[in-house]
Amino acid sequence: MLVYDTQLSSRLLLGTSRYPSPAVLTEAVKASGTGVVTVSLRRESSNERSGQGFFSIIRSLGVRVLPNTAGCHSVKEAVTTAHMAREVFGTSWIKLEVIGDRTTLQPDVFGLVEAAKILCDDGFQVFPYTTEDLVVADKLLDAGCRVLMPWGAPIGSGQGLNNVPGLRAMRARFAEVPLIVDAGIGVPSHAARALELGMDGVLINTAVARAGDPVGMARAFADAVKAGRSAFIAQPMLPSDVAIPSTPEIGLAHLV
Amino acid sequence: MKITLNGVEREVSENLLDQALRELGYCDGAIATAVNGEFIPKTQRLDIVLSEGDRIEVVAPMQGG
Repeated sequence: MLVYDTQLSSRLLLGTSRYPSPAVLTEAVKASGTGVVTVSLRRESSNERSGQGFFSIIRSLGVRVLPNTAGCHSVKEAVTTAHMAREVFGTSWIKLEVIGDRTTLQPDVFGLVEAAKILCDDGFQVFPYTTEDLVVADKLLDAGCRVLMPWGAPIGSGQGLNNVPGLRAMRARFAEVPLIVDAGIGVPSHAARALELGMDGVLINTAVARAGDPVGMARAFADAVKAGRSAFIAQPMLPSDVAIPSTPEIGLAHLV
Repeated sequence: MKITLNGVEREVSENLLDQALRELGYCDGAIATAVNGEFIPKTQRLDIVLSEGDRIEVVAPMQGG
């Protein structure tokens, strides 16, 4: 998968939040085979310095980091957070989140487009967390985004792909744009489904981190993503509203 | 001088941001700063003169999805 001129070996991106321990996080990242993990910025206590320890762990993983602007509800917050992230993590990649609804964590797509324009103009390579709305997607691409991250379902909900026709429409309209489903995926079959639809990748966090065995689940997601991609390339059959017998009817014995 | 650090009121004697951060215990490490909501790049911390009541935010890497 090619995103912003960077070739990624895996179509699975992994979040780093909500794991039972740093050791489990480390093993899950390895088991997933991912080349990209998402991270965030939060207030740092001068006594605890917990962020420094976490950053050491992330650097030891040898993967790219994709900082997010999670929790930002305004353009200004998101843009300022992006600048801070660029300095701390040394990357111009930013997963841009401008949250518009506190219950569904649905993106504020108006603020998202505005922030994306500001950041793209400032040299950032923006990964916008968006809906499947085609008009918004068009405006994000006009703003300078070269990848889109439509939601599958509300963040952390594990509901899967709530609008398959919407994702299909995105795939058809933006054939050349990398589409990475971000948010809402709960089990590997959801991820496989996304890849079968032609999505280029998925970003998973809670579904792995909150599994009974996060390392085992990371491995299962890696398998599902590979299977889904292989199925997409193999061109799945078209569904039918009626039954079509798979066993030939010609030659059927008359036994009545 | 009273300032607010990450939402908590603190007293500092240094008035340059860079020095105030050291006084507050941030000697090194991967951090980013903002003063009154504006991002202050690392290279500009020596140029920023703090005023009474300024709001300083210091952030660092954290888990994220």
